[in-house]
Amino acid sequence: MTRYSIFSLARNALTGHKNWPQAWRSPEPKPEYDVIIIGAGGHGLGTAYYLAKNHGTTNIAVLEKGWLGGGNTGRNTTIVRANYERTENELFYEHSLKLWETMSQDLNFNVMFSQRGVINLAHSDAQVDAFQRRGNAMILNGSDAMLLNPAEIKARAPHLDCSADARFPIKGGLLQPRGGTARHDGVAWGYARAADARGVDIIQNCEVTGLDISNGQITGVQTTRGAIKAKKVGIAVAGHTGHLATMAGMRLPIESHVLQAMVSEPVKPCLDTVITSGAVHCYISQSDKGELVMGGDLDFYNSYAQRGNFPRIEDVVSSVITMFPSFSRLRLMRTWGGVMDMSMDGSPIISKTPTKGFYINGGWCYGGFKATPGSAWVFAHTIANDEPHELNGQYRLERFQQGHMIDEHGAGPTPGAH
Amino acid sequence: MLEIKCPWCGPRAQTEFSYAGDATLTRPSLDTATETEWYEHVYLRGNPRGPHDELWHHAAGCRRFVKVRRDVTTHEIIATAGPHEHLGGGGK
Repeated sequence: MTRYSIFSLARNALTGHKNWPQAWRSPEPKPEYDVIIIGAGGHGLGTAYYLAKNHGTTNIAVLEKGWLGGGNTGRNTTIVRANYERTENELFYEHSLKLWETMSQDLNFNVMFSQRGVINLAHSDAQVDAFQRRGNAMILNGSDAMLLNPAEIKARAPHLDCSADARFPIKGGLLQPRGGTARHDGVAWGYARAADARGVDIIQNCEVTGLDISNGQITGVQTTRGAIKAKKVGIAVAGHTGHLATMAGMRLPIESHVLQAMVSEPVKPCLDTVITSGAVHCYISQSDKGELVMGGDLDFYNSYAQRGNFPRIEDVVSSVITMFPSFSRLRLMRTWGGVMDMSMDGSPIISKTPTKGFYINGGWCYGGFKATPGSAWVFAHTIANDEPHELNGQYRLERFQQGHMIDEHGAGPTPGAH
Repeated sequence: MLEIKCPWCGPRAQTEFSYAGDATLTRPSLDTATETEWYEHVYLRGNPRGPHDELWHHAAGCRRFVKVRRDVTTHEIIATAGPHEHLGGGGK
């Protein structure tokens, strides 16, 4: 791997940028691997990278049915945060946030991680109290949090309607200063390049059509490019987790739903933080290109289609305009959808399964992007050691049967409610 | 926008309905079901990639439940019926 640096940039500038090496190979699949990861998004590629880097496993393939980073890694709203109240979640996401802070240096790839802060708005006095409690819990668990009053929020987001007669009056907010955004495609590309440099085969356009299991042990996978043997198989396929699990004869505590996101036309810098409201339910930030990136609720019906319907687009846009009246002048430029693996308690599943050598990483609901490095880190550990890392034992699949749900909002077993 | 044909009201916009989830589940018997059966009923889903039988509540209409068979890869509605009726149109 040629390291990217100011010197390689200068050298390539002199030759008209025509001699940059390919960032990763496109190898033919080998007949057998020690570990196969299904899904070349951030989670899958990161898992392969940490398997190679932290655990010395190098005979690894990452199989991808389309192109790498073409699923939810390239469809999210790029928000990174670790602002959970439950200890089981906060310790995991804080570990992930720390990995974000060193990711560009570690991967030698600029993922444009921007710690511009993430603000959750409170619209009632009770919500201010709840945020104070959550912020204290975050600090006790080693993370950072600040409670803001409306004036402090107004100073950070001048276009936000903080007036007393706003439709949803703003009473305060919980800021996580170390949260922010990152270049989502860059995360997939950075992990792909770094994993490839360590010998990982990334095989695109290779859809898994079946799992080979004999005597309760995984032995390989069937793909559109032939059968490939493997000692261990891990899946990191987001919305398609349930589909892959069916191949192993499992039903999961997961439903797949479509979540839409959208961007406005690009404008000059006007919002340099991330604003979210759980009560109105929308979240908004501005990309480096100038587009306002927006999202909100699920479409609220099962879906494997990577597109949704107009009623939700209208909901999201009207929520955003309610909070930022001046944005009503902007035109919507693009909308898209991603398939969310909504779990029954709103928390992920990073776990062994009843099939030996078969591991699941899924149930991310709509919080998968921020978890990318942490998830990859502990999933690699789980696969390498056949035991969970200390940060993901709580995300075991059996927790639903054992009554150890991690339900951050107390929403109960309704996947769309998380 | 989905157009859902309510058996009682005819074709109506999706925005009149509220989604109520998987229609293939049967509530276990209160008297005899084991904990495992309850776990499977409450938490596990087939979550098929293809035709999916589901319930929609016609909340802003007749307020009755409608069983819908919908292809979740295309959002095409294959058939609708009353909650206890059999859906035509093949699939599961």
